[in-house]
Amino acid sequence: MRAFTYERASTIETAAASAASHPSTRFIAGGTNLLDLMKLEIEVPTHLIDVNGLGLDTIEKTPDGGLRIGALVRNTDLAADETVRRDYGLLSRALLAGASGQLRNKATTAGNLLQRTRCPYFYDTNQPCNKRQPGSGCSAIEGFSRQLGIVGVSDACIATHPSDMAIALRALDAVVETIKPDGRRHAVPIAEFHRLPGNTPHIETVLEQGEFITGVVLPAPLGGRHIYRKVRDRASYAFALISVGAVIQSDGTGRIAVGGVAHKPWRVEAADVALPQGARPATAVLLADARPTEHNRFKIDLVERTLGAVIAEAKG
Amino acid sequence: MKFDTPATTNPIDQMKVVGKPIPRIDGDLKVTGRAKYAYEWHDASTPYAYGYPVGASIARGRIRSMDIAAAEKAPGVLAVVTTLAVGERKKGKFNTAKLFGGDEVQHYHQAIAVVVAENFEQARAAAALVKVDYAEEKGAFDLKEAMKTAEKPADSQQPDTSVGDFDATFGSAAITLDEAYSTPDQSHAMMEPNASIAAWDGDNVTVWTSSQMIDWWRADLATTLDIDKEKIHLMSPFIGGGFGGKLFLRSDAVLAVLGAQAAKRPVKVALPRPFMINNTTHRPATIQRIRIGAERDGKITAIAHESWSGDQPGGQLEAAVAQTRLLYAGANRMTAMRLATLNLPEGNAMRAPGEAPGLMALEIAMDEMAEKLGLDPIEFRILNDTQVDPEKPERPFSHRNLIGCLKLGAETFGWSSRGKPGARREGNWLIGQGVAVAFRNNMMLPSGARVRLDRQGIATVETDMTDIGTGSYTIIAQTAAEMLGLPMDRVAVQLGDSRFPVSAGSGGQFGANSSTSGVYAACVKLREAVAAKLGFNSDDVVFENGEVRSGNRSVPLTEAVGDEGLVGEDTMTWGDLTQTHQQSTFGAHFVEVGVDVATGESRVRRMLAVCAAGRILNPITARSQVIGAMTMGVGGALSEELAVDTRRGFFVNHDLAGYEVAVHADIPHQDVIFMDETDPMSSPMKAKGVGELGLCGVSAAIANAIYNASGVRVRHYPLTLDKLIGNLPDVA
Amino acid sequence: MLNPTQLEISRRNLLITSAAAAAATSALPLSAAAQTSPTETKLISTVAFAVNGERRELNVDNRTTLLDALREHLHLTGTKKGCDHGQCGACTVMVDGRRINACLTLAVMHEGDEITTIEGLGQPGNLHPMQAAFVKHDGFQCGYCTPGQICSSVAVLEEIKANIPSHVTTNLTAPAAASAEEIRERMSGNICRCGAYSNIVDAITDVAGTRA
Repeated sequence: MRAFTYERASTIETAAASAASHPSTRFIAGGTNLLDLMKLEIEVPTHLIDVNGLGLDTIEKTPDGGLRIGALVRNTDLAADETVRRDYGLLSRALLAGASGQLRNKATTAGNLLQRTRCPYFYDTNQPCNKRQPGSGCSAIEGFSRQLGIVGVSDACIATHPSDMAIALRALDAVVETIKPDGRRHAVPIAEFHRLPGNTPHIETVLEQGEFITGVVLPAPLGGRHIYRKVRDRASYAFALISVGAVIQSDGTGRIAVGGVAHKPWRVEAADVALPQGARPATAVLLADARPTEHNRFKIDLVERTLGAVIAEAKG
Repeated sequence: MKFDTPATTNPIDQMKVVGKPIPRIDGDLKVTGRAKYAYEWHDASTPYAYGYPVGASIARGRIRSMDIAAAEKAPGVLAVVTTLAVGERKKGKFNTAKLFGGDEVQHYHQAIAVVVAENFEQARAAAALVKVDYAEEKGAFDLKEAMKTAEKPADSQQPDTSVGDFDATFGSAAITLDEAYSTPDQSHAMMEPNASIAAWDGDNVTVWTSSQMIDWWRADLATTLDIDKEKIHLMSPFIGGGFGGKLFLRSDAVLAVLGAQAAKRPVKVALPRPFMINNTTHRPATIQRIRIGAERDGKITAIAHESWSGDQPGGQLEAAVAQTRLLYAGANRMTAMRLATLNLPEGNAMRAPGEAPGLMALEIAMDEMAEKLGLDPIEFRILNDTQVDPEKPERPFSHRNLIGCLKLGAETFGWSSRGKPGARREGNWLIGQGVAVAFRNNMMLPSGARVRLDRQGIATVETDMTDIGTGSYTIIAQTAAEMLGLPMDRVAVQLGDSRFPVSAGSGGQFGANSSTSGVYAACVKLREAVAAKLGFNSDDVVFENGEVRSGNRSVPLTEAVGDEGLVGEDTMTWGDLTQTHQQSTFGAHFVEVGVDVATGESRVRRMLAVCAAGRILNPITARSQVIGAMTMGVGGALSEELAVDTRRGFFVNHDLAGYEVAVHADIPHQDVIFMDETDPMSSPMKAKGVGELGLCGVSAAIANAIYNASGVRVRHYPLTLDKLIGNLPDVA
Repeated sequence: MLNPTQLEISRRNLLITSAAAAAATSALPLSAAAQTSPTETKLISTVAFAVNGERRELNVDNRTTLLDALREHLHLTGTKKGCDHGQCGACTVMVDGRRINACLTLAVMHEGDEITTIEGLGQPGNLHPMQAAFVKHDGFQCGYCTPGQICSSVAVLEEIKANIPSHVTTNLTAPAAASAEEIRERMSGNICRCGAYSNIVDAITDVAGTRA
C-alpha cells in the first residue's frame, strides 16, 4: 500500500473541494474493497477522504411512494430495513446473498455499486490486465475464465461486476444520485451507471473524477414476487457464478436482471417482455449476443435453468 | 525403548485417563486469544522490524538483475536482501524447489527478496519498488500434455508393482471397468499463514516459527544457511494449522533469519495470503486410470491402478495408487505411477498424500463396478475384503475391521433407504446417498520425550512434538498422567522447542501414536528411576493416586522424588512389526447429498464416518480430527481446485476468495463412530492415527452420492455444477 | 495443565546485543512520528479509541489497519491475521457492538469507537459463556480462527435478537430465529480450515439455548 494523506470530511462540499484539489483522491466509507485493492497496489490513491462522518445513512420515503437510500447506509441496515424487507424484498435478498455478515456491516450502498471486478488477473499485478493497466492486454480471455463474463464483453476485457445488490437495483430501476465536483446535483438511472468494457475497461462507471454518490432512489414498489437466486460453488461467502434477480407478477409478467455474466448488472428489457413465454425464450433474448469462453460457456445453460427455477418459484 | 514385540498389558490399559473425553488443556488459551502463534511473540524491550517478501513474477527463467535502489531509499527501510546478493545456497533435504538464493527462478512467486523496514506498511510498500529484469524461459505447466513424456521415477518411490497376470485375467473377466479419473491441485490453506520471527544473538539465532516438524526444519535451516544446527533454536508451541504445508522448511523462516542478519534487528516475516499458494507447496493433481475385472459373483480377479502426476525436477510422485495395493482382494494386480516434469510450484505432501487423491478415484470405480455387477456397493466391498496383504498373502494385517465399519455405518446411517439413481426428489432437490471406504496406512517415527517429576508432584513433559490442532498437548498429558498415576492437573506439557528431545512431529497421522509412545518410554524410565530410588522392585511397582506402591509399601510421589526431583528421558524406536504385519487404519464414510435439479449445485445434508484405528486416545480430539477431515473432503469434492494458467505457469486463484474451501453453510451436523478396538502390533499405546483416515474416501462418498441423487457420474474433481447441468432433467 | 511458563520460556533467550538494536529499543509506536520529516508527518495520524473498555491513543502510519494496530501496536494478538483481505474472518472484532473484519478498515477511521476483541470477552478462569461453550464442544482445533469465530458467534446471536435477516431466512417479515441453519449461514464469513464447523454450531446453539 502506498503512503497517503488522510482527512475526515465534515460536509459533502468540503469533501468535493478536497477531492478536486488532490490529483489522486479516493473517498473511503466501508473500505472493504478499496483497502483490499490498496494493499495490492491496484488502487494507489495519495489522498483518502473519510466520508463516514457525512451522515447520508438514512432510508426515507420519497413523495412519489419510493425510497431514498443514503449512500452510507450499511448493507446490513439496508437489508434489515422494514420497508425494504416488505416492499423491496429483492433488494434485501440480494444484499444478504453477498459477502459475509462482517463485510455487510461495513459495506455501504455507494461502495457496493463501485466495487471493482474480482477477476483473478485484475487482482494479480504481475499479469497483464487492460482494466488495471490500460493497453497491457487481457490475460483472462485465453486464461482461467470460469467466473468471468459471457455477454457485453469485449476483446479488451471479460470481467464481471461482482455486486449482488446492483442486480436488484437494476431490476428495480433505481436511480443513483450524485453531486458533481462543481456542486451540481445529478441523477443517473442505474441502467446507465455502469459501462460496458469496450476498449476502455478501466472506466467502469459514468462518474466523473470527484463526483460523489449521495444516495440511491427506488421507484414506488412494484408488488409481485421478489426472488434473488444466487448460484455458486460453495453455499455462502462466495461470488456468484451467475445470479438471477426477478420481480414476477401473478400474471407471469415481470422483470429480470442477471449477475455474474457481464461488466454491469445485465438486464435486457426485451427479455422481460419474453418472460411470460418462459425461461428459454427470455434467456434467448437476454443472452442473444453472448460470447462465452470454453470455461464459462456453461453459464448460458445455467442462466436459463436458474431462471426456469425462479419462474417456477414465483408461480408456486 | 524399542518396540519390537506386540504390546502386552501395560499401565495405559488402565484407561483411567487415556481414552477419556478430556477437553483440550490448551483450550482456555486458544479461546481467549492468549495462545501465542509464531508472529505474535513479543517482548516489550525488543525493537522488532518487519520483513516483507518479494516473489518472482515469472514461472521459469533467470534473474538478470535486480534494482533495489528505490526500495532501499524508501522510508523506514533497514535492509533489502536479494536472492542475487545471497547467492546459491544448499537446499534443505526435504525441499524440492529452492526457497531462496541464486538467480534461477523455478516457479511463480518463488522468494527473490525480503525488504525489512521499521513497520509493516513501510516494508510492504518498499517491497513493491523492487524492479527485476528476467530472462524468461518456457516451462511445462499442463499435466495433460506433460503426462505424455512422464517418466518412471527411481525404484525407491515404488512406481511399479505387479502380481499374477493382470492383462490376461482382466481380458477374460466377465465384468470389467476401465475408466479415467482426475483430481486437481489442492492447497493446504491453513488459517495461519507461514510466519517466522528471527532474532540473532551473536552467532546463535532463535526462530519462532510455525512448523509441524521442529527437527526437520532446524536441520534444513542449518543446511540452507550453512550454519551449525546447534546454533539454531527453533520454537513452535502453537501452530495455526498445517495439513502438510508446514512439514518442511519454508521461505518465511529463511527470509526472517537473513533479514534479521542484515537489519541487525529481530525480524518478523509472514507470507502474505495471496503469495502463499504459489510460494509454498500444494497437493499435486493426478490423472488416474483404473481397471477392475470381476466374476459375476462379484469377486475381483484383476485390479489395476495407474497414476500420473507432475512435479518440479527432482520431485516426487503423488502416490495415488498406494491404497490399491492393499485395500481389496484379487489375485492379479498391478499398479504404475509416472512422474511428469512441471514447472509449477512444488508439489508435496498434503493431508493423506497418496491415499486422499487415490481413494477419490478408486472409490468411485468401486461404486461403478458394484453397479455393473448389480451388487450393493457395501456388499461388493465386503465380498472383496482381505485379511492379508494381497501382494504377499503370508503377511497378515495386524488388525482389520473394515467390514465392521461398513456394517455399523450402514445400519446407523439408514443405508437401506437408498434408492436407485435419480429416484428420490424433494422439491428442487435430488437426494442421494453414497458410501466410500477410508484407508490409510499406520506409520511410526522415532519419538523422544523427557519427563520431569518435581517435589510438588508435578510432572512436566518436554518434547519437540507439535500440536497443529490435533490435540497433542492433551493426549500427551493423558499419557503421562496414566503412566505416573497423576491427575491431569498435575501434568504440564511443553512442546515445540528444539531444546527438547526430538519427537516424531506432526504428519502422516503418525504424530499421536508415535509421540505418546515416546512419552510412554520416558515415563517408563522415570518409573524405573523412582523405583530404584526407593529400592522397589520395578516389576510390581504401581503408580496410582499420586503414590508409588510396591507390595505393601506405599510412598507419595512428592516424597519419592526428593528435593531434586527425578527425570526420565527416552526415545521410542520401532522394530519390524510394520514389515511382518501390514498396519493400517480403516473407515467407512456415508454421505447424503442434495443436487439442485435446476442449477446442479450439490450440498451435503448428512455425514457419518465410522473409523477403526486402534485405541482412541481421546474421543473428543480424535472426533474433531475426523470431522475436520470430513470437512476438507467436502471442499475437495465440491469446490477446491487450484486453477492452472497453463500459459504463464501459475495457480491463478491464489487467495481464499478464489480457492474455495468449505464454509459453515456447506457442512451439516457430522457424526463419527470409533470402533472399540486396540492394535497391540502398533505400539504400547495400541493406538493408530485418525487425522488422515478421516479425509480418505470422503470426496468419493460425495461423488457417489451425487451419482445416486442425479444419475450423473462425474469422474473429474471437483464436482462443480458445470459438470452436472448438461445431464440433469429439463426444468424450463 | 498447560504450564503457564510456556509463554515465557523463550523470552529469556531473546537477547539483543547490537548497539543499533539497543538504540532503537524505544521505537514504540508513538516515537515513529518524531523520526519523520514534516512532509511525512501528514502520512501519520493520531487516533484514540477504546479497546475492551480501555482508552488507547496511537500515532499510526495512515496505512495501518485496525488489525495491525491491535496486533502490532497494542500487542493484542488474539485477533488474528489469516488473509488480510476480508476472505477468512479470523480478524473479526466488534466495533460499537457490530462485528467487522479488522483487516479491511484503517485504524485512523476509528476515532472515538468502542472496540471489543477476544481479550475483552473473557480470560482464562473467567471465560465468556461462548468461550466456555467452544471449549466444551471442542469448537476449534489449531485455534487460529477461533477468536474470530467466537467474536462472530457473540455478534450473530445479537444480530438474531435484533431481527436482522439472513440469506436463509425464509420469511423476511417474520422474526429471525437461532436455528442451526441460520447460524451456519451467518457464520460463513469465518473460515475454519481445521473443519470444526459442526462443533462450533453445537457451541453456539448451546449458548443460544436452542438445539440444532
